[in-house]
Amino acid sequence: MSMPFYVSPEQVMKDKADYARKRISQIRSGVVMTCEAGILLVAPNPSRALRKFSEMYDRIAFAAVGRYNEFETLRKAGVRYADMTGFTYDRRDVTARGLADWYGQLLGSLFTDSPKPYEVEIVVAEVGKTTADDEIYRITFEGSVADEHGFVVVGGQADRVAAVLKEQYSPSMSLIEAMRLAIASLAGQGDGNSEPMTSGQLEVALLERSRPHRAFRRLTGARLETLLAEARPAAAGPTAAANGSSGGPAAGADADGGGAGPETPTGGSANGGSANGDSAASGSPDGGSPDDGSSGGGSATDGGDGSGA
Amino acid sequence: MTGRIFAVGGFEPQARWQAAAFLAPGSSSFADFLAVAAPDLLPRAAHPAGAGSAGPGGVPAAAPGGPADIAHGTTIVAAVCADGVVMAGDRRATAGNMISQRDIEKVFRGDEFSCVGIAGVAGIGVDLVRLFGVELEHYEKLEGRSLSLEGKANRLAGLVKSNLGAAMQGLVAVPLLAGYDVDTDQGRIFSFDVAGGKYEEQRFASIGSGSVFARGALKKLYRDGMSLDDVVLALMEALYDAADDDSATGGPDMSRRIYPIVATVTADGYNRLTDEAAGRHAETVVTERMRLPDGPPAPLHPAAS
Repeated sequence: MSMPFYVSPEQVMKDKADYARKRISQIRSGVVMTCEAGILLVAPNPSRALRKFSEMYDRIAFAAVGRYNEFETLRKAGVRYADMTGFTYDRRDVTARGLADWYGQLLGSLFTDSPKPYEVEIVVAEVGKTTADDEIYRITFEGSVADEHGFVVVGGQADRVAAVLKEQYSPSMSLIEAMRLAIASLAGQGDGNSEPMTSGQLEVALLERSRPHRAFRRLTGARLETLLAEARPAAAGPTAAANGSSGGPAAGADADGGGAGPETPTGGSANGGSANGDSAASGSPDGGSPDDGSSGGGSATDGGDGSGA
Repeated sequence: MTGRIFAVGGFEPQARWQAAAFLAPGSSSFADFLAVAAPDLLPRAAHPAGAGSAGPGGVPAAAPGGPADIAHGTTIVAAVCADGVVMAGDRRATAGNMISQRDIEKVFRGDEFSCVGIAGVAGIGVDLVRLFGVELEHYEKLEGRSLSLEGKANRLAGLVKSNLGAAMQGLVAVPLLAGYDVDTDQGRIFSFDVAGGKYEEQRFASIGSGSVFARGALKKLYRDGMSLDDVVLALMEALYDAADDDSATGGPDMSRRIYPIVATVTADGYNRLTDEAAGRHAETVVTERMRLPDGPPAPLHPAAS
């Protein structure tokens, strides 16, 4: 038995922060931005079962990048917190600010108390009556909460993506314009080679301003195809390449969209894909779970992990 | 529950709201989560503290057979139609021989493809439905898919069963669940007993103090494959008959424009009829009863029809 060497608290904290920061920077970025139609969430994600975005409450969405099992735990905790708060008081008493604070405290204590920090970065967004009322909060792995205006980039080389957004962003953008900008900003991530973004590679969700009660909606299948097609023409660059490679995945996504029913009023992938989605969800995390080993392993949601390795 | 217990700053260091409960891997049931994280929020004295005497559980001691001065819900009817299922409920709440409310609502949205009606003690019933609604949404958010209709019925049965202690003391509330089964494309109805028994009903069902009269009426009025509009009308007739013979069920209140609540669940989801739409149906029934006070007569000899 040996006594452990003394390590100063500063060093411990720095090591933990460096570790988490490095892992998060290796993931591909996601974008959350306010536009006229609501709050648009876009991220590269080849998996159709393991989601980065999800519904938290009536007007509130959750977005996360990082290690899947960790942000999934946080997502579930948040849904429990939101539902419990709404059940104790009233539905209107569940707010993005309250959730963001709670997440900040939770992640803060997890960062201090556990030997390994959570490798996640999360966003809590609430859609309001107008773009001025929208609230977007970014919570980092060590629990700091930032109140963002208009748009926020999570994970990866956030500065590079944000630079593109900062130039062209305006809160009065339409959904199509916002989508075009989101794709343009995310496309530059692949080491200069702007890769084409097809519906099969993107996860897109919208907190729809005009929708009563539960505003969260996934854009998948045919609806996403349409939106992408409308957003594409002005997105300079990936023209031929995009058309060429979008044929395969697009057809697949289309068929899926028909089954999953774009009109599904429920938030999740409610009917069509239920059985399929479930089995895929239970299968994939297994495949992705060794992601602690090498950063290249990457769970399905950490699609970008490989590119960083 | 596993994991370290540590309180997140800002909340009282009591059992509820502690982070470990939120982070613990567990079932996707909100009620199960509450039982661990905040049992006092569960809408009844399911925890042993309340059994027996008046007190912390919120359940006052009551004579078996029911306390007379607690509001009771009354007649709920539901029937399957060609497109799905329809549920209707009267608007009267009584406390003993008093009418305690004329426009109470006893038919609620469960989720997009189900609705729930309640009969019995209003306070228990409303709480039950509220918890059931959150339960369905909670599962949907955590799992990314809705519960199957059978799953919803089983879950509701579980919630009813946990009220058994209070029910034994007279605080009885039972729900009626109607939903559209998206897997088989049909409307289905489930009734429950206080012990948590779940029974699938064929064609139509009724619960509450006026249910006997409503069921008698539906027997004569219901036909297989009826259109949605016809089923709404048949349910209105049944509620009228229930109100006619049961003092605790209210008929359509034409002067105050208070009409039964009618909810439909079809492939398009849950829809509650507007007061105008429900009013039109109620008016049809009331006008017709001016001519035939006992409602449409059923043919005695099959050949006569």
